[in-house]
Amino acid sequence: MINKRVASVTEALQGVRDGMTFMLGGFGLCGIPENSIAELVRLGVKDLTCISNNAGVDDFGLGLLLHKRQIRKMISSYVGENEEFERQMLNGELEVELTPQGTLAEKCRAAQAGIPAFFTPAGYGTEVAEGKETREFNGKMYVMEEAFRADYAIVKAWKGDEAGNLVFKGTARNFNPCMCGAAAITVAEVEELVPVGELEPDQVHIPGIFVQRIFRGEHYEKRIEQRTVRKR
Amino acid sequence: MLDKDGIARRIAKEVKDGYYVNLGIGIPTLVANYVPDGIDVEFQSENGVLGMGPFPYEGDEDADIINAGKQTITTLPGASFFDSSLSFAMIRGQHVHLTILGAMEVADNGDIANWKIPGKMVKGMGGAMDLVASAENIIVAMMHTNKAGESKLLSACTLPLTGVGCVKKIVTNMAVLEVTDKGFKLLERAPGVSVEEIKNATAGRLVVEGDIPEMIL
Repeated sequence: MINKRVASVTEALQGVRDGMTFMLGGFGLCGIPENSIAELVRLGVKDLTCISNNAGVDDFGLGLLLHKRQIRKMISSYVGENEEFERQMLNGELEVELTPQGTLAEKCRAAQAGIPAFFTPAGYGTEVAEGKETREFNGKMYVMEEAFRADYAIVKAWKGDEAGNLVFKGTARNFNPCMCGAAAITVAEVEELVPVGELEPDQVHIPGIFVQRIFRGEHYEKRIEQRTVRKR
Repeated sequence: MLDKDGIARRIAKEVKDGYYVNLGIGIPTLVANYVPDGIDVEFQSENGVLGMGPFPYEGDEDADIINAGKQTITTLPGASFFDSSLSFAMIRGQHVHLTILGAMEVADNGDIANWKIPGKMVKGMGGAMDLVASAENIIVAMMHTNKAGESKLLSACTLPLTGVGCVKKIVTNMAVLEVTDKGFKLLERAPGVSVEEIKNATAGRLVVEGDIPEMIL
């Protein structure tokens, strides 16, 4: 067993510097690496490029980094829940690259899989395709999209073991698996860190080979964005 | 004239047995409430779930189980969770049979705009560009006119496009229309709405052939 365990979030984020590019898992506030985001806020690193499907809300998730002006550029598919984000973007204080959600996922997966670029029909004929190579396959037009390049991928899983094997829960899975191994260093924070041998090999969603550092997150708020219920 | 639920009820009739369906945010979400009994369909949410069920009972909500609108949901027996890349493999790979989504504008050549108002509203496209570029069968659910009373069915979209030539069918509060080579073909009228009223509310080319039946809801 190659042990990936680190003692704390501080150790997990060692080497983080101004100007770096981060991939951060999560969909909305679901499955975001809460502890690592808090540590990035504490470290005060700035001029960051963040690749994340959403940008959090005003006072949680990546919204915390936006609030402190630590992010220079966001690469996301949907940022509608964050007023501070919209304000910074419309004022030109924040650089934003809006990317179709499936393209965003595939740009992560391509980086993980060592594929430099791929063709997708998403965005053909729209401003997303401007300046990009297009090509026809079997009578349909496609846009060439390149794999992401990032310094750190920071993901959140439900359970993990010391070998870095990960298991996700529910829709908190989302972008997290595609980001594992898609950057120079992958950091995984988990709710439960178990000894090796406890996870069934058949049940592992992401093998530890894609993870360099793993730690148990101290606290998870798991905020719900839209609490929708029905009466009993 | 239909309300939002009326539009959803009419669209529910387009959902066939055995379909995997992706519902967008807004009116499309309501379609799930009107799928007729005896039809087996599964709803896909692009954040990574197939087999979405109703909202949870109070107290049962789980922050880790949400839909693409970030609402807490439940799953039905036979449901599955998956990552975002596999989710869009289902969509791009045309394994999802029907996509229902909202729009700000639709053009009579099937172009759609629904993600951006330059300088005013920039929320992003989410999964809409992947969905419209890939789905064989796209139904747009929207009001026929905007809040200013202007037609949303145009000869060309004025807003930045989400996809080109991809919309097949549109269900509005006034009509059911099909996108053809000759423009919007009027298929049905909403209860109490005349062909004349639809003509006046449609800025793009409108094809009216023969008697136009009223929708059956």
